[in-house]
Amino acid sequence: MMEHRSHLYGVMGEFETPEELLAAAKKAREAGYVHVDAYTPFPVEGLADAIGFRWTAVPLITLIGGILGGLTGFGLQYWCAAITYPMNIGGRPLNSWPAFIPITFELTVLGASLFSVVGMFALNKLPQPYHPVFNVERFAHGSTDRFFLVIEARDPKFDLAGSSRFLQGLSARFVAEVKDEE
Amino acid sequence: MSATQPPLNSPQIQRVEPLLEPGHTYASVTDKIAAVVLTRPLGIGWLGGFTIAFSVVMLLFIAVSWLIIKGVGIWGINIPIGWGFAIVNFVWWIGIGHAGTLISAILFLLNQKWRTSINRFAEAMTLFAVACAGLFPLIHTGRPWMAYYMFPYPSTMGIWPQFRSPLMWDVFAVSTYGTVSLIFWFIGLLPDLATLRDRAKKRYQQVIFGILAMGWRNSARHWHRYQSTYLLLAGLATPLVLSVHTVVSFDFAVAIVPGWHTTIFPPYFVAGAIYSGFAMVLTLAIPLRKAYGLEDFITMRHLENCAKVMLATGLIVAYGYFVEFFMAFYSGNKFDVFLAEQRLHGPYSHFYYALLLCNILTPQLLWIRKVRRNVLALFLMSLVINTGMWLERFVIIVISLTRDFMPSAWGRYSATFWDYATLAGTLGLFFMLFFLFVRGLPAIAISEMRELVHETESEDHQ
Repeated sequence: MMEHRSHLYGVMGEFETPEELLAAAKKAREAGYVHVDAYTPFPVEGLADAIGFRWTAVPLITLIGGILGGLTGFGLQYWCAAITYPMNIGGRPLNSWPAFIPITFELTVLGASLFSVVGMFALNKLPQPYHPVFNVERFAHGSTDRFFLVIEARDPKFDLAGSSRFLQGLSARFVAEVKDEE
Repeated sequence: MSATQPPLNSPQIQRVEPLLEPGHTYASVTDKIAAVVLTRPLGIGWLGGFTIAFSVVMLLFIAVSWLIIKGVGIWGINIPIGWGFAIVNFVWWIGIGHAGTLISAILFLLNQKWRTSINRFAEAMTLFAVACAGLFPLIHTGRPWMAYYMFPYPSTMGIWPQFRSPLMWDVFAVSTYGTVSLIFWFIGLLPDLATLRDRAKKRYQQVIFGILAMGWRNSARHWHRYQSTYLLLAGLATPLVLSVHTVVSFDFAVAIVPGWHTTIFPPYFVAGAIYSGFAMVLTLAIPLRKAYGLEDFITMRHLENCAKVMLATGLIVAYGYFVEFFMAFYSGNKFDVFLAEQRLHGPYSHFYYALLLCNILTPQLLWIRKVRRNVLALFLMSLVINTGMWLERFVIIVISLTRDFMPSAWGRYSATFWDYATLAGTLGLFFMLFFLFVRGLPAIAISEMRELVHETESEDHQ
């Protein structure tokens, strides 16, 4: 098992249109495959749904970032102006909160944006310089005009010959094994 | 833009132009845009333009170096006119940036498909404009090496910034704006960087784009999260962009100087920012589409839409000028009335009339369809409007500061060679960065164009 040789990551089918890929992805799910991923040169509506991926934590992470940013913004100003460096100017209130709103707002936006982006990268496990799908030569077209469906080897229903035939049956133009070199 | 449905045989039906010239496929849009970065040789036009811009950047280095050696006394500023060109230029540049965010974020939320081919370079324009803008407050401090005082950090002196000051709000607004614009731009670029990585033939291109693309592999799971982030960033950038020029206008509106202390400032500044920003989009788009044969992607419809946005925001700006006058006389405040008269008859009145000519009269030509569809006319008008918006900031800052409350405190302002050199230098910096961007990164969002091809095809099938 632990040989330092290439082992199988999955099989990849190539499609010419997003509609064909979408139909194939749905059929693969119906056939009981769970570890399926699709690769498209632009986001295709309904595709994530078709491969069984619905929920993403990105909005929640963004919300948390926004709340933390806003609290930091207001807390920073309150702490500076009212606690550590109070200045009595004509008896005006130290916690002059309306004047703190612009920076609180800016830091809310900043926190939400940074969390959103960093969260998206982290959930996508990027940066990731190497991935087995890149070993398939034709995959380079995947960022131009080709659409790919990969059934991964860790899928309980996976078997090389059967899954390849399955993809061919879905009118894939081209089916290839995806090797992982470790 | 949802007009009432015209009758089926009306000429309007034929008038609906495509956002993308027909006949394009996923591969053809990808090839055409990627080729500008990957394979096309550097032309004489690019080299010439870059050389000129680069030389002007050298002028900027000299101007800033001399400023640091001698201090802000080399400029025309004095007491009472402490702001002068530096703040005029700052407000002008930051305003120009606003159109990029408007196109990339607000038009995205409004589902305006015509943003697709112009959003990428408009966002780049935002970044470069913010970089030019950010330089001015920094060097205007006189001691730029002390600029870090503006950031809250635990210093041994135990002092903290004054957060009740609009100038501090500005620091946070502009730096947040710069950061968010940068990440929004980079997120948009990510799939295109992967496309370039896959298409690059030269080793150095493969390495550079390979690193920048961070292993993006177009997985449907990744796209799903990506779209979620992109939508959220658009939603966050929308109030942000409105807040930035609002905060910039607070720099003025919170002060009690006549002509500054008005509530019309925030909306009127934001409208002016979008006005000048769209003018700059046209200034850049028209030569860009010509030079790289991108007329199929940046069509007349795009240019015409930009012209319409300029007309609309120009009218808001005109309304702002009118309200300033109206409020001066309606309030009966003698300093405000005096300021209004100064604008019309004072020593700087020629600037005010030039401003009215550039910003109010000339854009009225945009009501005429022939003008909106004439590329040369639009290009010239974009230059006129940008000049007008610069004059607007000059009028606001200099006329108000030269003659405020007490005649004994009045002064005069005239810019020096170094003022003009710094302004020209930032123009050089802006265009130099833009030249580098056009050849170094895809100036049109490739993956979004592929999406547009897909949508256009599905519409044809229906």
